[in-house]
Amino acid sequence: MRLVGISVDPPEINREHCRREGYTFTFLSDTNSEVIRLYDLLHEGAGQEGRDISRPAEFLIDSAGAVRWVNLTNSFAVRARPDQVLKAVDELGLAPASRM
Amino acid sequence: MKHRLNVSLWAGFLVVLSAPVTYLSVFIRYPATRDVPWATLLIFAAGLALIARGLRRAYREPLLYRGKIAGAILMALGVAIFGLFGFGTFYLARQLPPSRGAPHVGQKAPDFTLPDKDGNPVTLSKLIDAGAGGADRANGVLLIFYRGYW
Repeated sequence: MRLVGISVDPPEINREHCRREGYTFTFLSDTNSEVIRLYDLLHEGAGQEGRDISRPAEFLIDSAGAVRWVNLTNSFAVRARPDQVLKAVDELGLAPASRM
Repeated sequence: MKHRLNVSLWAGFLVVLSAPVTYLSVFIRYPATRDVPWATLLIFAAGLALIARGLRRAYREPLLYRGKIAGAILMALGVAIFGLFGFGTFYLARQLPPSRGAPHVGQKAPDFTLPDKDGNPVTLSKLIDAGAGGADRANGVLLIFYRGYW
């Protein structure tokens, strides 16, 4: 199981953020919100100075490229918890939880 | 008779002020105190109860305690701060677009290529293929969309 984060921030901002938080997983920059639009997650004008950002969302994708689990929160203060994701991974048989 | 300083009024107000501060600096980091901000709500309750206690004293024992006016102002401010916090976490945070077109379970995840934090292009389908064939059986991807603006 690979973790892939996406935000509208440019790579240098994400690099700094990952360094500060100790994130070692892949972190991608969608500065024009193209992929965010493709996944219908655009939250218009919700960023600083009214810029567009993504609403929080998590997708589990299997090795065939199919979506197996989706978490679209109804509050940006509530995100998928690690134990929730691990449970879904286990139940779907996507990978041993220890590989996360 | 000399008036005593109505300590619980001011202590209560400080406790109320500490509620949003500790939420933003500490409790927001942990799902257990963020998804339902019970710790912050408890701090608010304690602070408002202290202000109420001070206010009651000021009115019941006006010869002993001061703070009738200050107490009313601090209580109004405290309730306003609590109201703002509630509005933010229980209303504003839920103003999210509907996302009806988001990929649903069973659908193929739309493929894309984006630069990683070092500027190198990364393609979703290649990540998945690489994982599927890998020796560690690390099949699949957890895609996490963030609001960003770190």
